[in-house]
Amino acid sequence: MTENAGGESKGNTPQGNVENLMDIRDIPAERLLDEVTKIHFDEWRLVQICATKIAENRYEILYTFGKGYDWKNLRITVSHEDKVSSITSIYEVAYLYENEIHDLFGIEIDMMNYDFRGKLFRTGVPHPFA
Amino acid sequence: MADNSIKKISIVPFGPQHPVLPEPIHLDLVLQDEKVIDALPSIGFVHRGLEKLVEKRDFQDFVLVAERTCGICSFGHGLGYVEAVEKIMHLETTPRTKYLRTMWAELGRMHNHLMWLGLLADAFGFESLFMETWRLREKVLDLLELTTGGRVIFSVNKVGGLRKDVTKGMLDTIMAGMTVLTKECRVATDTFLGDRDVQSRMRGVGRLSPERAEELGCCGPFLRASGVRRDLRLLGYEAYGELQFEPIVSFDGDCYARCEVRIKELYQSMDLVRQCIEKMPDGPIEVPVKGNPNGEYMARIEQPRGEALYYVKANGTKFLTRYRNRTPTYSNIPGLVETIKGAELADVAMMILTIDPCISCTER
Repeated sequence: MTENAGGESKGNTPQGNVENLMDIRDIPAERLLDEVTKIHFDEWRLVQICATKIAENRYEILYTFGKGYDWKNLRITVSHEDKVSSITSIYEVAYLYENEIHDLFGIEIDMMNYDFRGKLFRTGVPHPFA
Repeated sequence: MADNSIKKISIVPFGPQHPVLPEPIHLDLVLQDEKVIDALPSIGFVHRGLEKLVEKRDFQDFVLVAERTCGICSFGHGLGYVEAVEKIMHLETTPRTKYLRTMWAELGRMHNHLMWLGLLADAFGFESLFMETWRLREKVLDLLELTTGGRVIFSVNKVGGLRKDVTKGMLDTIMAGMTVLTKECRVATDTFLGDRDVQSRMRGVGRLSPERAEELGCCGPFLRASGVRRDLRLLGYEAYGELQFEPIVSFDGDCYARCEVRIKELYQSMDLVRQCIEKMPDGPIEVPVKGNPNGEYMARIEQPRGEALYYVKANGTKFLTRYRNRTPTYSNIPGLVETIKGAELADVAMMILTIDPCISCTER
């Protein structure tokens, strides 16, 4: 990940070899709530949150926001040892996406407004996408 | 005078098995007497892990898996997936491919909306109307079967184009079918919009304001029925940029408005199919595909139930790193919960139906 002085990068993914056709800004996980608060303040709506396994115990979480027909994305990279802050205090509808990420990837999300405690998706094996 | 009577609070489990629910979703309804004061949704009864399969299937074959996400909007799922992969691979499909895809997508919207109208009629106990709308839907399925060979899964999309072309005779049959359907649908849809009994069940029930609909991330007819003019077809993907249409919007935000939007979209789809056939270009239906995709892209299309996203991340091999499908129902569940709050218990089943939930899409 090529980071600038602000700790952000635009365009490159952590692997660095994947062509990026989307407007994605990589940010450190600890800045997530600040960035999402700013986006919410600018009246963007939450479109989706999705996790991707990029290596053993390395995951990207992609947050997509929309305003009219414009979209932009924030991305953080985490591992199982990290606790990701929930954005449900800012976007109340994020609980379904965050519970899905927890259930499928086993990533811990902190302070969700509705925590299904691993019971949103009744999977046969725990964390099948991890 | 203040109401000082003691209200009884109870929790009623609703679903996952319920006569009006074609698929399993569960809601814990917190009731104060007969009024719902809160609802907690619960899904996950039919999770199949289809997205995980992308790591074990060739990216060209995966379109068949993507289609099988759902039996109703199957064409759209295949379309969204191939759009994302084609964008990553910088493939520009042929004009004929674009028009045929658009035509099939609109036929898919028609059969989805007719199916939904039937389910709605069934939910409020109008059996003959249910049977009439499903009879009409069969005619749309016949047209899809004629051109694709399938009634549920069509398997016509592939990366770079289509697997099947259609003949002039088939297009003439579809054109004639649109004329018949326009006439025959009018009887059923006039009943939905004009019948006093139907209106008494839907008018003023389950209102959602445009501000809350936006805030809660709603999409599709559910959003447009609350007065928000957003339809991803306006982005002009496939052949939509060359067709004339205006998003259907209603402003009441209640169950009746949602029904009205879908009925008007039904006729709009018939018009779009006609436009596609009139402008259908000749030429090839595929372009050569070389190499493997390497990049990431999120395609977005307007499915019958609303905006659907298809995120694809590829790593230069024939197996993709990630395929993610965010379906319209997933996005509409928080809006549904909001509309249910304050409703009468007897109306809950119909209100769930008015978002047109597709649980197999939602859980993938």
